Amino acid sequence: MGLTNQSTGTRAVDSGLVIHRTEKGEKVIALAGNPNVGKSTVFNELTGMRQHTGNWPGKTVTNAQGNCTYRGESYIMVDIPGTYSLMAHSAEEEVARDFICFGNPDATVVVCDATCLERNLNLVLQTIEITGKVVVCVNLMDEAKRKKISLDLQELSRRLGVPVVPAAARSGKGLDELMQAVSHLLKREQKAKTIQIRYATPIEEAIAMLEPTIREKTGQKINARWLSLKLLDYDKALLQSLNHYLGFELLSDEQVQQKRKEALAYLQAHGISQEALLDQIVASSVLTAEKVCRGIVRYDTDLYQERDRKIDRILTNKWTGIPIMIALLAVIFWITMTGANYPSQLLSDGLFWVEDRLADAFAWMGSPNWLCDMLVHGVYRTLAWVVSVMLPPMAIFFPLFTLLEDLGYLPRVAFNLDKYFKKCNACGKQALTMCMGFGCNAAGIVGCRIIDSPRERLIAMITNNFVPCNGRFPTLIAIITMFFVGSLMGPLQSLTSTLLLTGVILLGVLMTFFVSKLLSKTVLKGIPSSFTLELPPYRRPQIGKVLVRSLLDRTLFVLGRAACVAAPAGLVLWLLANISVGDMTLLAHCCAFLDPFAQLLGMDGVILLAFILGFPANEIVVPIMIMAYMASGTLIDMSDLTALKQLLVDHGWTWITAVSTMLFSLMHWPCSTTCLTIKKETQSLKWTVVSVLVPTLMGMTVCFLFTTVARLFV
Amino acid sequence: MNTSTCLTQLKQGQRAKVKSLLATGSMRRRLQEIGLIEGTQVECLQKSPAGDPVAYLIRGAVIALRAEDSATVLVY
Repeated sequence: MGLTNQSTGTRAVDSGLVIHRTEKGEKVIALAGNPNVGKSTVFNELTGMRQHTGNWPGKTVTNAQGNCTYRGESYIMVDIPGTYSLMAHSAEEEVARDFICFGNPDATVVVCDATCLERNLNLVLQTIEITGKVVVCVNLMDEAKRKKISLDLQELSRRLGVPVVPAAARSGKGLDELMQAVSHLLKREQKAKTIQIRYATPIEEAIAMLEPTIREKTGQKINARWLSLKLLDYDKALLQSLNHYLGFELLSDEQVQQKRKEALAYLQAHGISQEALLDQIVASSVLTAEKVCRGIVRYDTDLYQERDRKIDRILTNKWTGIPIMIALLAVIFWITMTGANYPSQLLSDGLFWVEDRLADAFAWMGSPNWLCDMLVHGVYRTLAWVVSVMLPPMAIFFPLFTLLEDLGYLPRVAFNLDKYFKKCNACGKQALTMCMGFGCNAAGIVGCRIIDSPRERLIAMITNNFVPCNGRFPTLIAIITMFFVGSLMGPLQSLTSTLLLTGVILLGVLMTFFVSKLLSKTVLKGIPSSFTLELPPYRRPQIGKVLVRSLLDRTLFVLGRAACVAAPAGLVLWLLANISVGDMTLLAHCCAFLDPFAQLLGMDGVILLAFILGFPANEIVVPIMIMAYMASGTLIDMSDLTALKQLLVDHGWTWITAVSTMLFSLMHWPCSTTCLTIKKETQSLKWTVVSVLVPTLMGMTVCFLFTTVARLFV
Repeated sequence: MNTSTCLTQLKQGQRAKVKSLLATGSMRRRLQEIGLIEGTQVECLQKSPAGDPVAYLIRGAVIALRAEDSATVLVY
C-alpha cells in the first residue's frame, strides 16, 4: 500500500535521479536488491526515515533518499527500485540500472534474501559486472536461521571478491557492520579482484575485439567490458541513457561502429545469433550464480519450505482460497466497524464540547458574531467532523491491513484472482494495485508501475478508483449504520453492517472486472501479456512496528491531509451558506441548480455538491453534507448517528437516497491527489480525463438505473 | 508435432528439468532470469483456485506462471 508522504500527494512521482548533496564530500550509496528482501527496512534503519516496506515488487516507487551518518562520515543512501535483474524489461528495472550505471554512486549495496540466496545472486553478479564497488548485504538471516538454512558467507565473499555482511535488518542487526564494510570499501586504494561472469568463448572473443576501442572512447567513465557486451546485444533503452550520460552518441562513432560490426560478424560466424547471444548472457549469469552458491548454502532439513507450502495449500486452495479471502476482508471490516463505534462517539462528544467552549471564548472576547460563526461553526466544525468520523476507522483498518501485507498474504490474492483478471485481458498484479487502493487510490495508481504492459497498466489505473479508499470507508460505514442496521441490536447489527460493507466492496471489485473487460474490448484492445508472479515466503509480522508505523505513517498522514482540506472546505461552505444573492444563499443556488440532475441519480443537490466539494479529499463528503443541511435547517444535537439520521430524513433521505449515495461514493471521479498522480504517471491528459470520466459515467449510469427501477417499486 | 512435455502438464508435486524455451523476446528473458534455463529442476507446487496460474518451485523461489507461459517451457 505504501501510503506515506512519499507515495501519496505531490511527491508521488519520481523526482528523477537528482541527488541532493547537502555538503561536499558526502558519499552516495545506492541500495539495490530484489523485491521483498527487506531493502526498505535496511534503508529505514540506516536513515531513520520512515518509509513503508511491503511485500510486492515495486514498493520503492520513487528514488527515496535519506542521510546516514556512520562514525562521523555522512552518506546519502538512495533506495532504488527492487528488481530481479538489470536487463531492463520494466520501467523500474530501467531506473535501477540507470542509477547504478550512470548515477555515479560511490558504492552500491545489494541487499539479498538469505533464504533464497541463489536467486538473489543474479542481481549481485549483474551489479558487479557494472561496478566493482559493491557490498553484499545478506538480509533476513533470522528467517534463514528459523528455516534451518546455514550460509558460509566468508566463502561467498571470497568467491565474489566483494565484502559480504550478514544482517537481520528488522531487528537492526548487522547494519553497523554493513556501514563499516561500505566505509572500508570507499577508503580502499587499489581495486579488488571481483568475480567476472564468463561467457562462451566466441562471446568473450567478440567482447575482446570491442573493449579496447570502447575503453579509449569512454575513458574511466564506465566499465568497458560490460558496455561492449551491451553494445553487442544492442539494448536500445540503455543506449539512450548512455548517450545522455556520455554527452555524445557512442554508436555514431565510426571506429566503434566498425569494431562492433566486426565483432557481430565474428559472433555470426560462430553460430551465435542475436537471440542466442541474449540467451547466453542470461544463462551465464544464472549458471554463475548457481556455481557461486554451490556448497555455500546448506539446508539442515529438507522441509524448510514445508510450513509455507502447507499455508499456501489452504489459502490458495480451489475450495477455500477465495472464501477465506472474502472472509478475511469481512473480518477486517467487522473489527473496524465494531471497534470504531465507541471511540468515534467519544471523539465527537469531546470535539463538539470544545466547539461550544470555543464559541464561548469568541463571545467572551467580544468578537463579531459572523467571525465566530465562520471560524467555529464553519472551519472548526467541519474539521471536527472529519476527525471524529475518520480517525477511529482508519486507526483500526490501517494496522490490520498492514499486518496482512507484512505477512505476505497480498501476492496470494493476486495468485487467486489472476485467472479472472486474465479473462478481462488484464494483469493479475492488478489485484495488488487494487488492494493498495483500499488504503489510498493515489498509492494504488503509483503501484501500477509493477505492471509491465503499458496497456494493462492503464487499465489498472483507470479502474483503481472502483475500490473505495480509506477516505470513502467512513462515508459507507456511516450510511450503512444509519439506514440499514439502525433498528437491529448488538452483534446482529455489526454482522449485518459487515456483510453490507463487504457486499459494497465486492460490487466495487466486480465493477473493476467489468470495466477492465470493457476497456480491453474497446479503447485498450489487446490480449493479456504474459507474467510471472513471485509468491514470497510468509514472514512473521512485527506487530509492534506495524502498529507504530501504520499509525504514524498512514493514519496521521492521511488524517493530516484530510484536515488540511477540510478546514478551507469548511470555510468555503460557510461562505456559500452565508452569502446571499437575491433571496437565496449561494449554497441554496448551487444546490437548486444541481438538484434536478441529482434527483435523477437518486440523490439531491446537496449530496452532489458535497461530492463536488469533496474533490480535494473524499473524507469530507459526509461532513459537507451535514454542514449544508444544517445551514439550511435548525441546529440539532449531533452527538449520535440517530440524530444524524433524523437530520438526513428531514431533508428527504430515503433508503433509495442512501443506496444511491453509497453507489456514487463507490463510483465517481477520483480525488484531486489521485487525478494528479494519474496525470503524472501516464504523462497524458487524455488518459487522465478517461480515468475521471469512466468511473463517473459508470456511477451515474448505475445510480440512474438503480433509482429508476427502485422507484417503480416504492 | 511436439512430442515433448511442457511445464503445464506437470501435476502437483511432480518435478521435471527444463529442456528448452519456446518463448521469444522479453518473456524469454523473464523466464530465463527466474532461472528457467536448460537443466534447471522445477517442481509444480500448487494450482490457484481457478486452476490457472500455477505456482512452481524454481531455484528456491516460488513463482506463479500462467498456462500460456508455462506451455512454452519444455521439460524432460
